[in-house]
Amino acid sequence: MRIPCPWCGDRPLSEFTYGGDASKARPKNPEKASPEEWVDYVYLRDNPAGKHTEYWHHSGGCRSWLMVTRDTRSHEISRAVLAKPQPGGATS
Amino acid sequence: MRYSLGSIIRNAATGHKHWPKQWREPEPKKAYDIVLVGGGGHGLATAYYLARNHGLTNIAVLEKGYLGNGNIGRNTTIVRSNYLCPENSQFYEHSLKLWEGLSRDLNYNVMLSQRGALVVFHTPAQRDAAIRRGNALRLNGVDAVLLDTAGVKKLAPAIDCSPTARFPVLGGMLQPRGGSVRHDAVAWGFARGADAHGVDIIQNCEVTGFRIEKDRVRGVETSRGSIAAKKVGIVVAGRSSLVGQMAGLRLPIESHVLQCFVTEAIKPVLDTVVSFGAAHFSIVQSDKGGLVFNGDLDGYNSYAQRGNMAVVENVAASAVSFMPCMSRLRLLRHWGGINDMTMDGSPIITKTPVKGLFFNGGWCYGGFKATPASGWTYAHLIANGEPHPLASSYLLERFETGLVINESGTGPLPGTH
Ligand SMILES: Cc1cc2nc3c(=O)[nH]c(=O)nc-3n(C[C@H](O)[C@H](O)[C@H](O)COP(=O)(O)OP(=O)(O)OC[C@H]3O[C@@H](n4cnc5c(N)ncnc54)[C@H](O)[C@@H]3O)c2cc1C
Ligand SMILES: [Zn+2]
Repeated sequence: MRIPCPWCGDRPLSEFTYGGDASKARPKNPEKASPEEWVDYVYLRDNPAGKHTEYWHHSGGCRSWLMVTRDTRSHEISRAVLAKPQPGGATS
Repeated sequence: MRYSLGSIIRNAATGHKHWPKQWREPEPKKAYDIVLVGGGGHGLATAYYLARNHGLTNIAVLEKGYLGNGNIGRNTTIVRSNYLCPENSQFYEHSLKLWEGLSRDLNYNVMLSQRGALVVFHTPAQRDAAIRRGNALRLNGVDAVLLDTAGVKKLAPAIDCSPTARFPVLGGMLQPRGGSVRHDAVAWGFARGADAHGVDIIQNCEVTGFRIEKDRVRGVETSRGSIAAKKVGIVVAGRSSLVGQMAGLRLPIESHVLQCFVTEAIKPVLDTVVSFGAAHFSIVQSDKGGLVFNGDLDGYNSYAQRGNMAVVENVAASAVSFMPCMSRLRLLRHWGGINDMTMDGSPIITKTPVKGLFFNGGWCYGGFKATPASGWTYAHLIANGEPHPLASSYLLERFETGLVINESGTGPLPGTH
Protein backbone atom coordinates (compact mmCIF):
# COMPACT_ATOMS: atom_id res chain seq x y z
CA MET A 1 0.00 0.00 0.00
CA ARG A 2 1.23 3.48 -0.93
CA ILE A 3 -0.26 6.72 0.30
CA PRO A 4 -0.20 9.76 -1.99
CA CYS A 5 1.03 12.55 0.29
CA PRO A 6 0.10 15.95 -1.19
CA TRP A 7 3.68 17.17 -0.48
CA CYS A 8 5.79 14.08 -1.08
CA GLY A 9 3.86 12.06 -3.66
CA ASP A 10 3.30 8.28 -3.47
CA ARG A 11 5.16 6.97 -0.42
CA PRO A 12 5.27 3.47 1.11
CA LEU A 13 3.06 2.59 4.06
CA SER A 14 6.02 2.12 6.40
CA GLU A 15 6.60 5.91 6.41
CA PHE A 16 3.16 6.56 7.88
CA THR A 17 1.49 6.22 11.28
CA TYR A 18 -2.22 5.53 11.50
CA GLY A 19 -4.38 8.09 13.27
CA GLY A 20 -7.78 6.40 13.13
CA ASP A 21 -11.29 7.30 12.04
CA ALA A 22 -11.42 10.93 10.87
CA SER A 23 -15.19 11.14 10.72
CA LYS A 24 -15.49 11.66 14.47
CA ALA A 25 -15.72 15.27 15.63
CA ARG A 26 -14.94 16.25 19.19
CA PRO A 27 -18.05 17.77 20.86
CA LYS A 28 -18.09 21.45 19.91
CA ASN A 29 -18.89 22.61 23.39
CA PRO A 30 -17.00 20.22 25.71
CA GLU A 31 -18.41 21.70 28.95
CA LYS A 32 -21.99 21.33 27.80
CA ALA A 33 -21.75 18.07 25.85
CA SER A 34 -23.89 15.24 27.26
CA PRO A 35 -22.31 11.96 28.43
CA GLU A 36 -23.94 10.28 25.40
CA GLU A 37 -22.12 12.65 23.04
CA TRP A 38 -18.82 11.83 24.75
CA VAL A 39 -19.44 8.07 24.57
CA ASP A 40 -20.21 8.42 20.90
CA TYR A 41 -17.07 10.46 20.22
CA VAL A 42 -14.65 8.39 22.30
CA TYR A 43 -15.94 4.85 21.73
CA LEU A 44 -18.49 4.31 18.95
CA ARG A 45 -17.29 3.71 15.40
CA ASP A 46 -19.08 3.00 12.11
CA ASN A 47 -16.28 0.62 11.08
CA PRO A 48 -17.46 0.35 7.45
CA ALA A 49 -16.48 -2.32 4.94
CA GLY A 50 -15.89 0.16 2.14
CA LYS A 51 -14.85 3.80 2.05
CA HIS A 52 -13.33 4.97 5.33
CA THR A 53 -12.04 8.46 6.04
CA GLU A 54 -9.04 8.31 8.33
CA TYR A 55 -6.02 10.22 9.60
CA TRP A 56 -2.47 9.28 8.66
CA HIS A 57 0.66 10.99 9.92
CA HIS A 58 3.55 11.13 7.45
CA SER A 59 5.83 10.52 10.43
CA GLY A 60 8.73 9.25 8.33
CA GLY A 61 8.42 12.04 5.78
CA CYS A 62 7.18 15.62 5.83
CA ARG A 63 5.38 15.03 9.17
CA SER A 64 2.07 16.38 7.87
CA TRP A 65 -1.22 14.95 9.11
CA LEU A 66 -3.30 13.72 6.18
CA MET A 67 -6.93 12.86 5.76
CA VAL A 68 -7.22 9.82 3.52
CA THR A 69 -10.26 8.08 2.07
CA ARG A 70 -9.48 4.38 1.66
CA ASP A 71 -11.58 1.33 0.85
CA THR A 72 -11.12 -1.05 3.79
CA ARG A 73 -11.70 -4.09 1.54
CA SER A 74 -9.16 -3.31 -1.20
CA HIS A 75 -7.01 -0.53 0.37
CA GLU A 76 -7.67 1.56 -2.72
CA ILE A 77 -7.17 5.24 -1.87
CA SER A 78 -9.57 7.67 -3.54
CA ARG A 79 -8.55 10.88 -1.78
CA ALA A 80 -5.64 12.20 0.31
CA VAL A 81 -5.55 15.81 1.50
CA LEU A 82 -3.87 17.73 4.29
CA ALA A 83 -5.85 17.59 7.52
CA LYS A 84 -6.18 21.18 8.56
CA PRO A 85 -8.64 23.07 10.70
CA GLN A 86 -11.29 24.90 8.69
CA PRO A 87 -13.02 28.14 9.52
CA GLY A 88 -15.95 27.03 11.67
CA GLY A 89 -13.93 24.37 13.52
CA ALA A 90 -14.38 21.20 11.47
CA THR A 91 -11.47 19.44 9.79
CA SER A 92 -11.59 19.04 6.04
CA MET B 1 -21.47 -42.63 16.88
CA ARG B 2 -19.17 -42.61 19.90
CA TYR B 3 -15.48 -42.52 19.05
CA SER B 4 -13.42 -45.10 20.94
CA LEU B 5 -10.49 -47.45 20.51
CA GLY B 6 -13.03 -50.08 19.40
CA SER B 7 -14.47 -47.80 16.69
CA ILE B 8 -11.00 -47.07 15.34
CA ILE B 9 -10.11 -50.75 15.16
CA ARG B 10 -13.45 -51.66 13.53
CA ASN B 11 -13.12 -48.91 10.91
CA ALA B 12 -9.46 -49.67 10.26
CA ALA B 13 -10.44 -53.27 9.54
CA THR B 14 -13.01 -52.12 6.97
CA GLY B 15 -10.69 -49.66 5.23
CA HIS B 16 -12.10 -46.52 6.88
CA LYS B 17 -15.01 -46.56 4.43
CA HIS B 18 -17.83 -46.58 6.96
CA TRP B 19 -17.18 -43.59 9.21
CA PRO B 20 -20.49 -41.71 9.40
CA LYS B 21 -20.66 -37.97 8.64
CA GLN B 22 -19.86 -35.94 11.73
CA TRP B 23 -22.91 -33.70 11.41
CA ARG B 24 -26.05 -33.49 9.26
CA GLU B 25 -26.65 -30.97 6.49
CA PRO B 26 -30.26 -29.96 7.19
CA GLU B 27 -32.41 -27.52 5.24
CA PRO B 28 -33.31 -24.50 7.37
CA LYS B 29 -36.70 -24.80 9.08
CA LYS B 30 -39.22 -21.93 9.03
CA ALA B 31 -38.78 -21.20 12.73
CA TYR B 32 -36.52 -21.91 15.68
CA ASP B 33 -36.50 -21.00 19.35
CA ILE B 34 -32.96 -19.66 19.00
CA VAL B 35 -30.97 -18.62 15.95
CA LEU B 36 -27.22 -18.04 16.28
CA VAL B 37 -25.66 -15.89 13.57
CA GLY B 38 -22.12 -17.09 12.84
CA GLY B 39 -20.73 -20.63 12.84
CA GLY B 40 -17.25 -19.90 14.10
CA GLY B 41 -15.81 -21.41 17.26
CA HIS B 42 -17.86 -19.20 19.55
CA GLY B 43 -21.18 -19.74 17.73
CA LEU B 44 -20.75 -23.51 17.71
CA ALA B 45 -19.65 -23.59 21.35
CA THR B 46 -22.68 -21.49 22.29
CA ALA B 47 -25.01 -23.92 20.50
CA TYR B 48 -23.36 -26.87 22.19
CA TYR B 49 -23.63 -25.42 25.69
CA LEU B 50 -27.22 -24.22 25.11
CA ALA B 51 -28.06 -27.88 24.52
CA ARG B 52 -25.75 -29.44 27.07
CA ASN B 53 -26.20 -27.03 29.99
CA HIS B 54 -29.70 -25.69 29.41
CA GLY B 55 -31.50 -28.47 27.53
CA LEU B 56 -32.39 -26.13 24.62
CA THR B 57 -32.14 -27.83 21.24
CA ASN B 58 -34.54 -26.14 18.82
CA ILE B 59 -31.60 -24.07 17.58
CA ALA B 60 -30.04 -23.16 14.24
CA VAL B 61 -26.48 -21.96 13.70
CA LEU B 62 -26.41 -19.93 10.47
CA GLU B 63 -22.99 -19.67 8.82
CA LYS B 64 -22.48 -17.55 5.73
CA GLY B 65 -19.56 -19.58 4.40
CA TYR B 66 -18.30 -23.04 5.28
CA LEU B 67 -17.79 -24.11 8.84
CA GLY B 68 -14.39 -22.98 10.06
CA ASN B 69 -13.70 -20.38 7.34
CA GLY B 70 -13.31 -17.57 9.85
CA ASN B 71 -10.86 -16.89 12.64
CA ILE B 72 -11.46 -20.26 14.27
CA GLY B 73 -9.45 -21.74 11.39
CA ARG B 74 -6.99 -18.85 11.06
CA ASN B 75 -5.48 -18.39 14.51
CA THR B 76 -2.13 -19.27 16.06
CA THR B 77 -3.80 -21.87 18.36
CA ILE B 78 -2.38 -20.50 21.61
CA VAL B 79 -4.32 -20.93 24.87
CA ARG B 80 -3.40 -19.47 28.26
CA SER B 81 -5.08 -17.57 31.07
CA ASN B 82 -2.36 -15.17 32.26
CA TYR B 83 -4.45 -12.00 32.20
CA LEU B 84 -3.84 -9.20 34.69
CA CYS B 85 -7.30 -7.65 35.12
CA PRO B 86 -9.37 -9.77 37.56
CA GLU B 87 -12.42 -9.82 35.25
CA ASN B 88 -10.33 -11.33 32.45
CA SER B 89 -8.26 -13.52 34.73
CA GLN B 90 -11.27 -15.39 36.15
CA PHE B 91 -12.97 -15.67 32.76
CA TYR B 92 -9.95 -17.04 30.90
CA GLU B 93 -9.09 -19.36 33.78
CA HIS B 94 -12.59 -20.83 33.54
CA SER B 95 -11.94 -21.26 29.82
CA LEU B 96 -8.65 -23.05 30.43
CA LYS B 97 -10.38 -25.39 32.91
CA LEU B 98 -13.01 -26.16 30.25
CA TRP B 99 -10.24 -26.85 27.70
CA GLU B 100 -8.71 -29.30 30.15
CA GLY B 101 -11.86 -31.46 30.07
CA LEU B 102 -13.08 -30.68 26.57
CA SER B 103 -11.86 -33.70 24.57
CA ARG B 104 -13.54 -36.05 27.05
CA ASP B 105 -16.69 -33.93 27.22
CA LEU B 106 -17.04 -33.77 23.43
CA ASN B 107 -15.76 -37.31 22.80
CA TYR B 108 -13.54 -35.59 20.23
CA ASN B 109 -9.80 -35.06 20.47
CA VAL B 110 -9.16 -31.32 20.31
CA MET B 111 -5.48 -32.08 20.92
CA LEU B 112 -4.93 -29.79 23.88
CA SER B 113 -1.20 -29.74 24.53
CA GLN B 114 -0.29 -28.04 27.82
CA ARG B 115 3.29 -27.47 26.84
CA GLY B 116 3.52 -24.16 28.73
CA ALA B 117 3.22 -20.57 27.56
CA LEU B 118 6.27 -18.39 28.17
CA VAL B 119 6.49 -14.61 27.85
CA VAL B 120 10.08 -13.43 27.72
CA PHE B 121 11.28 -10.06 29.09
CA HIS B 122 14.32 -8.02 28.14
CA THR B 123 14.52 -5.04 30.51
CA PRO B 124 14.32 -4.55 34.28
CA ALA B 125 11.08 -2.59 33.81
CA GLN B 126 9.56 -5.45 31.83
CA ARG B 127 10.70 -7.85 34.54
CA ASP B 128 8.96 -5.75 37.22
CA ALA B 129 5.77 -5.77 35.15
CA ALA B 130 6.01 -9.53 34.63
CA ILE B 131 6.51 -10.14 38.36
CA ARG B 132 3.55 -7.93 39.17
CA ARG B 133 1.44 -9.88 36.70
CA GLY B 134 2.71 -13.21 38.03
CA ASN B 135 1.80 -12.24 41.59
CA ALA B 136 -1.64 -11.04 40.50
CA LEU B 137 -2.20 -14.32 38.69
CA ARG B 138 -1.22 -16.40 41.69
CA LEU B 139 -3.55 -14.38 43.91
CA ASN B 140 -6.29 -15.24 41.41
CA GLY B 141 -5.40 -18.92 41.59
CA VAL B 142 -3.70 -19.04 38.19
CA ASP B 143 -0.30 -20.69 37.77
CA ALA B 144 2.75 -18.53 37.04
CA VAL B 145 6.46 -19.30 37.36
CA LEU B 146 9.29 -16.77 37.09
CA LEU B 147 12.32 -17.89 35.10
CA ASP B 148 15.76 -16.31 34.88
CA THR B 149 17.87 -16.31 31.71
CA ALA B 150 19.21 -19.80 32.41
CA GLY B 151 15.66 -21.04 32.98
CA VAL B 152 14.53 -19.67 29.62
CA LYS B 153 17.55 -21.18 27.88
CA LYS B 154 16.84 -24.58 29.43
CA LEU B 155 13.15 -24.50 28.49
CA ALA B 156 13.61 -23.22 24.93
CA PRO B 157 17.22 -23.57 23.72
CA ALA B 158 16.27 -22.14 20.32
CA ILE B 159 15.83 -18.67 21.84
CA ASP B 160 18.96 -16.53 21.60
CA CYS B 161 19.82 -16.05 25.30
CA SER B 162 23.35 -14.77 24.70
CA PRO B 163 24.39 -11.36 26.09
CA THR B 164 25.04 -10.20 22.53
CA ALA B 165 21.46 -10.83 21.38
CA ARG B 166 19.75 -7.83 19.79
CA PHE B 167 17.42 -7.82 22.83
CA PRO B 168 19.20 -9.79 25.58
CA VAL B 169 16.82 -12.08 27.50
CA LEU B 170 16.60 -11.30 31.23
CA GLY B 171 14.08 -14.05 31.97
CA GLY B 172 10.46 -14.94 31.45
CA MET B 173 7.10 -15.64 33.04
CA LEU B 174 5.84 -19.14 32.37
CA GLN B 175 2.30 -20.40 32.66
CA PRO B 176 2.89 -24.17 32.76
CA ARG B 177 -0.80 -24.97 32.03
CA GLY B 178 -0.84 -22.82 28.88
CA GLY B 179 -0.25 -24.39 25.49
CA SER B 180 -1.96 -24.98 22.20
CA VAL B 181 -5.08 -26.67 20.82
CA ARG B 182 -5.84 -27.97 17.32
CA HIS B 183 -8.12 -25.12 16.16
CA ASP B 184 -10.06 -26.91 13.38
CA ALA B 185 -10.82 -29.79 15.72
CA VAL B 186 -12.44 -27.31 18.11
CA ALA B 187 -14.89 -26.18 15.43
CA TRP B 188 -15.55 -29.74 14.30
CA GLY B 189 -15.88 -31.10 17.84
CA PHE B 190 -18.37 -28.44 18.94
CA ALA B 191 -20.29 -28.80 15.65
CA ARG B 192 -20.55 -32.56 16.05
CA GLY B 193 -21.54 -32.19 19.71
CA ALA B 194 -24.23 -29.60 18.98
CA ASP B 195 -25.57 -31.60 16.02
CA ALA B 196 -25.83 -34.73 18.16
CA HIS B 197 -28.13 -32.78 20.49
CA GLY B 198 -30.34 -31.84 17.51
CA VAL B 199 -28.98 -28.38 16.67
CA ASP B 200 -29.24 -27.56 12.94
CA ILE B 201 -25.93 -26.31 11.55
CA ILE B 202 -26.67 -24.53 8.28
CA GLN B 203 -23.72 -23.55 6.12
CA ASN B 204 -23.75 -21.15 3.16
CA CYS B 205 -26.57 -19.21 4.78
CA GLU B 206 -25.78 -15.52 5.20
CA VAL B 207 -27.86 -13.37 7.50
CA THR B 208 -28.77 -10.20 5.60
CA GLY B 209 -31.15 -8.53 8.04
CA PHE B 210 -33.16 -8.80 11.23
CA ARG B 211 -36.89 -8.78 11.66
CA ILE B 212 -37.58 -6.44 14.56
CA GLU B 213 -41.09 -5.45 15.66
CA LYS B 214 -41.70 -3.04 18.54
CA ASP B 215 -38.16 -3.38 19.90
CA ARG B 216 -38.36 -7.17 19.89
CA VAL B 217 -36.55 -9.48 17.52
CA ARG B 218 -38.79 -11.86 15.53
CA GLY B 219 -36.29 -13.52 13.25
CA VAL B 220 -33.69 -13.06 10.57
CA GLU B 221 -33.58 -12.59 6.80
CA THR B 222 -31.05 -14.83 5.11
CA SER B 223 -29.73 -15.72 1.69
CA ARG B 224 -31.90 -18.86 2.04
CA GLY B 225 -35.14 -17.12 3.06
CA SER B 226 -36.52 -15.71 6.28
CA ILE B 227 -36.33 -17.67 9.48
CA ALA B 228 -38.41 -16.83 12.53
CA ALA B 229 -36.84 -16.99 15.96
CA LYS B 230 -37.79 -16.13 19.53
CA LYS B 231 -34.21 -15.26 20.37
CA VAL B 232 -31.25 -14.37 18.17
CA GLY B 233 -27.58 -14.33 19.15
CA ILE B 234 -25.02 -12.48 17.03
CA VAL B 235 -21.54 -14.04 17.17
CA VAL B 236 -19.70 -13.07 13.98
CA ALA B 237 -16.24 -11.92 15.19
CA GLY B 238 -14.63 -9.63 12.56
CA ARG B 239 -17.97 -8.73 10.98
CA SER B 240 -19.58 -7.60 14.24
CA SER B 241 -20.06 -3.97 13.22
CA LEU B 242 -21.64 -4.89 9.86
CA VAL B 243 -24.08 -7.42 11.29
CA GLY B 244 -24.75 -5.25 14.36
CA GLN B 245 -25.62 -2.35 12.09
CA MET B 246 -28.38 -4.42 10.45
CA ALA B 247 -30.04 -4.48 13.88
CA GLY B 248 -29.34 -0.81 14.58
CA LEU B 249 -26.48 -1.48 17.03
CA ARG B 250 -23.57 0.96 17.18
CA LEU B 251 -20.53 -0.73 18.63
CA PRO B 252 -17.19 0.29 20.15
CA ILE B 253 -15.38 -1.95 17.65
CA GLU B 254 -12.97 -1.61 14.73
CA SER B 255 -12.00 -4.46 12.39
CA HIS B 256 -8.25 -5.03 11.99
CA VAL B 257 -6.28 -7.71 10.19
CA LEU B 258 -3.77 -9.98 11.93
CA GLN B 259 -1.42 -12.13 9.88
CA CYS B 260 -0.29 -15.65 10.66
CA PHE B 261 2.64 -17.58 9.18
CA VAL B 262 3.72 -21.22 8.87
CA THR B 263 7.17 -22.46 7.87
CA GLU B 264 8.11 -25.72 6.24
CA ALA B 265 8.07 -28.67 8.67
CA ILE B 266 11.24 -29.35 10.63
CA LYS B 267 12.24 -31.70 13.44
CA PRO B 268 11.16 -30.73 16.97
CA VAL B 269 12.91 -27.50 17.97
CA LEU B 270 10.41 -25.82 20.28
CA ASP B 271 8.23 -27.75 22.74
CA THR B 272 6.62 -24.79 24.43
CA VAL B 273 4.74 -21.66 23.33
CA VAL B 274 6.92 -18.54 23.49
CA SER B 275 6.29 -14.82 23.10
CA PHE B 276 9.01 -12.30 22.40
CA GLY B 277 9.11 -9.32 24.77
CA ALA B 278 10.58 -6.70 22.44
CA ALA B 279 7.84 -6.82 19.81
CA HIS B 280 4.55 -8.60 19.17
CA PHE B 281 5.67 -12.08 18.20
CA SER B 282 4.36 -15.45 19.41
CA ILE B 283 5.42 -18.83 18.12
CA VAL B 284 4.49 -22.48 18.53
CA GLN B 285 5.59 -25.62 16.69
CA SER B 286 2.73 -27.63 15.24
CA ASP B 287 2.48 -31.41 15.48
CA LYS B 288 3.38 -31.59 11.79
CA GLY B 289 6.60 -29.71 12.53
CA GLY B 290 5.85 -26.30 11.01
CA LEU B 291 6.61 -23.23 13.08
CA VAL B 292 3.38 -21.25 13.42
CA PHE B 293 3.68 -17.60 14.42
CA ASN B 294 2.05 -14.20 14.32
CA GLY B 295 3.16 -10.62 14.81
CA ASP B 296 1.28 -7.41 15.40
CA LEU B 297 -1.89 -6.12 13.74
CA ASP B 298 -1.38 -4.36 10.42
CA GLY B 299 -2.53 -1.30 12.35
CA TYR B 300 -5.41 0.20 10.37
CA ASN B 301 -9.07 -0.70 9.79
CA SER B 302 -9.28 -3.58 7.34
CA TYR B 303 -11.75 -6.11 5.98
CA ALA B 304 -9.20 -7.63 3.60
CA GLN B 305 -8.30 -11.13 4.77
CA ARG B 306 -4.70 -10.58 3.75
CA GLY B 307 -1.96 -8.42 5.14
CA ASN B 308 0.70 -5.97 4.09
CA MET B 309 4.38 -6.57 3.44
CA ALA B 310 5.67 -4.11 6.06
CA VAL B 311 4.33 -6.40 8.78
CA VAL B 312 5.76 -9.47 7.07
CA GLU B 313 9.16 -7.80 7.25
CA ASN B 314 8.71 -6.83 10.92
CA VAL B 315 7.63 -10.33 11.84
CA ALA B 316 10.59 -11.86 10.01
CA ALA B 317 12.93 -9.46 11.83
CA SER B 318 11.42 -10.41 15.20
CA ALA B 319 11.68 -14.09 14.37
CA VAL B 320 15.32 -13.91 13.42
CA SER B 321 16.44 -11.78 16.35
CA PHE B 322 14.51 -13.96 18.82
CA MET B 323 15.29 -17.39 17.34
CA PRO B 324 18.22 -16.95 14.93
CA CYS B 325 17.98 -20.62 13.88
CA MET B 326 14.84 -19.63 11.91
CA SER B 327 16.76 -17.47 9.46
CA ARG B 328 17.07 -20.15 6.78
CA LEU B 329 13.56 -21.57 7.05
CA ARG B 330 11.16 -21.03 4.18
CA LEU B 331 7.64 -19.81 4.73
CA LEU B 332 5.07 -22.28 3.51
CA ARG B 333 1.88 -20.30 3.98
CA HIS B 334 0.74 -16.94 5.24
CA TRP B 335 -2.76 -15.51 5.68
CA GLY B 336 -4.79 -12.89 7.52
CA GLY B 337 -7.89 -12.88 9.69
CA ILE B 338 -10.19 -9.99 10.55
CA ASN B 339 -10.31 -9.30 14.27
CA ASP B 340 -13.05 -7.40 16.06
CA MET B 341 -10.89 -5.04 18.15
CA THR B 342 -12.74 -3.27 20.96
CA MET B 343 -11.97 0.14 22.39
CA ASP B 344 -10.66 -1.35 25.66
CA GLY B 345 -9.26 -4.61 24.27
CA SER B 346 -11.72 -6.79 26.21
CA PRO B 347 -14.68 -8.75 24.84
CA ILE B 348 -18.40 -8.00 24.85
CA ILE B 349 -21.10 -10.53 25.83
CA THR B 350 -24.31 -8.64 26.27
CA LYS B 351 -28.02 -8.04 25.88
CA THR B 352 -28.91 -5.31 23.40
CA PRO B 353 -31.61 -2.61 23.33
CA VAL B 354 -33.61 -4.99 21.10
CA LYS B 355 -35.46 -7.56 23.23
CA GLY B 356 -34.46 -11.13 22.49
CA LEU B 357 -31.35 -10.03 20.60
CA PHE B 358 -27.95 -10.77 22.10
CA PHE B 359 -24.45 -9.84 21.04
CA ASN B 360 -21.12 -11.64 21.51
CA GLY B 361 -17.97 -10.17 19.95
CA GLY B 362 -14.98 -7.94 20.36
CA TRP B 363 -12.61 -10.86 20.95
CA CYS B 364 -9.67 -9.01 19.48
CA TYR B 365 -6.89 -11.42 18.56
CA GLY B 366 -7.21 -13.39 21.80
CA GLY B 367 -10.54 -15.06 21.38
CA PHE B 368 -9.50 -18.58 20.46
CA LYS B 369 -8.50 -19.41 24.03
CA ALA B 370 -11.85 -17.99 25.13
CA THR B 371 -13.94 -20.28 22.90
CA PRO B 372 -15.34 -22.68 25.54
CA ALA B 373 -15.97 -19.99 28.19
CA SER B 374 -17.47 -17.66 25.61
CA GLY B 375 -19.93 -20.36 24.55
CA TRP B 376 -20.60 -21.33 28.16
CA THR B 377 -21.42 -17.80 29.35
CA TYR B 378 -23.21 -16.67 26.16
CA ALA B 379 -25.43 -19.76 26.36
CA HIS B 380 -26.24 -18.79 29.96
CA LEU B 381 -27.13 -15.24 28.92
CA ILE B 382 -29.34 -16.37 26.03
CA ALA B 383 -31.06 -19.09 28.07
CA ASN B 384 -31.70 -17.02 31.20
CA GLY B 385 -31.71 -13.46 29.95
CA GLU B 386 -29.18 -12.55 32.64
CA PRO B 387 -25.38 -12.45 32.34
CA HIS B 388 -23.31 -15.31 33.72
CA PRO B 389 -21.39 -14.13 36.83
CA LEU B 390 -18.07 -14.78 35.05
CA ALA B 391 -19.04 -12.48 32.18
CA SER B 392 -21.04 -9.85 34.02
CA SER B 393 -18.29 -7.27 33.44
CA TYR B 394 -18.40 -7.79 29.67
CA LEU B 395 -21.63 -5.85 29.05
CA LEU B 396 -21.87 -3.10 26.47
CA GLU B 397 -22.82 -0.64 29.24
CA ARG B 398 -19.24 -0.50 30.48
CA PHE B 399 -18.40 2.04 27.80
CA GLU B 400 -21.04 4.35 29.28
CA THR B 401 -20.30 3.76 32.95
CA GLY B 402 -16.54 4.02 32.45
CA LEU B 403 -15.87 0.54 33.88
CA VAL B 404 -13.74 -0.47 30.91
CA ILE B 405 -11.31 -3.38 31.21
CA ASN B 406 -8.07 -2.32 29.60
CA GLU B 407 -5.23 -4.87 29.98
CA SER B 408 -2.69 -2.84 28.04
CA GLY B 409 -3.63 0.56 29.45
CA THR B 410 -3.39 2.17 26.02
CA GLY B 411 -6.75 3.92 25.94
CA PRO B 412 -9.49 3.76 23.30
CA LEU B 413 -7.20 2.90 20.37
CA PRO B 414 -8.30 -0.51 19.08
CA GLY B 415 -5.17 -1.03 16.98
CA THR B 416 -2.91 -0.84 20.04
CA HIS B 417 -4.32 -3.58 22.30
C1 LIG C 1 -3.97 -14.61 12.66
C2 LIG C 1 -4.75 -14.77 13.93
C3 LIG C 1 -4.13 -15.37 15.02
C4 LIG C 1 -4.81 -15.55 16.22
N1 LIG C 1 -4.18 -16.20 17.23
C5 LIG C 1 -4.85 -16.45 18.40
C6 LIG C 1 -4.22 -17.20 19.44
O1 LIG C 1 -3.10 -17.70 19.30
N2 LIG C 1 -4.90 -17.38 20.60
C7 LIG C 1 -6.16 -16.87 20.77
O2 LIG C 1 -6.71 -17.04 21.86
N3 LIG C 1 -6.81 -16.19 19.78
C8 LIG C 1 -6.18 -15.98 18.60
N4 LIG C 1 -6.82 -15.30 17.57
C9 LIG C 1 -8.20 -14.81 17.78
C10 LIG C 1 -9.29 -15.85 17.55
O3 LIG C 1 -9.02 -16.59 16.39
C11 LIG C 1 -10.67 -15.14 17.42
O4 LIG C 1 -10.84 -14.22 18.47
C12 LIG C 1 -11.84 -16.12 17.48
O5 LIG C 1 -11.63 -17.23 16.64
C13 LIG C 1 -13.13 -15.40 17.10
O6 LIG C 1 -14.30 -16.14 17.34
P1 LIG C 1 -14.94 -17.19 16.28
O7 LIG C 1 -14.16 -18.43 16.32
O8 LIG C 1 -16.35 -17.33 16.60
O9 LIG C 1 -14.73 -16.39 14.91
P2 LIG C 1 -14.94 -16.85 13.40
O10 LIG C 1 -14.41 -18.21 13.17
O11 LIG C 1 -14.42 -15.75 12.55
O12 LIG C 1 -16.53 -16.94 13.31
C14 LIG C 1 -17.40 -15.92 12.88
C15 LIG C 1 -18.26 -16.52 11.79
O13 LIG C 1 -19.34 -15.66 11.48
C16 LIG C 1 -19.63 -15.82 10.12
N5 LIG C 1 -20.43 -14.68 9.65
C17 LIG C 1 -20.06 -13.39 9.49
N6 LIG C 1 -21.07 -12.64 9.01
C18 LIG C 1 -22.13 -13.48 8.88
C19 LIG C 1 -23.47 -13.29 8.44
N7 LIG C 1 -23.92 -12.10 8.03
N8 LIG C 1 -24.29 -14.38 8.42
C20 LIG C 1 -23.85 -15.60 8.82
N9 LIG C 1 -22.59 -15.82 9.25
C21 LIG C 1 -21.74 -14.78 9.28
C22 LIG C 1 -18.26 -15.90 9.48
O14 LIG C 1 -18.31 -16.48 8.19
C23 LIG C 1 -17.49 -16.73 10.49
O15 LIG C 1 -17.47 -18.10 10.18
C24 LIG C 1 -6.16 -15.09 16.35
C25 LIG C 1 -6.78 -14.49 15.25
C26 LIG C 1 -6.10 -14.35 14.04
C27 LIG C 1 -6.81 -13.72 12.87
ZN1 LIG D 1 4.59 13.90 3.17
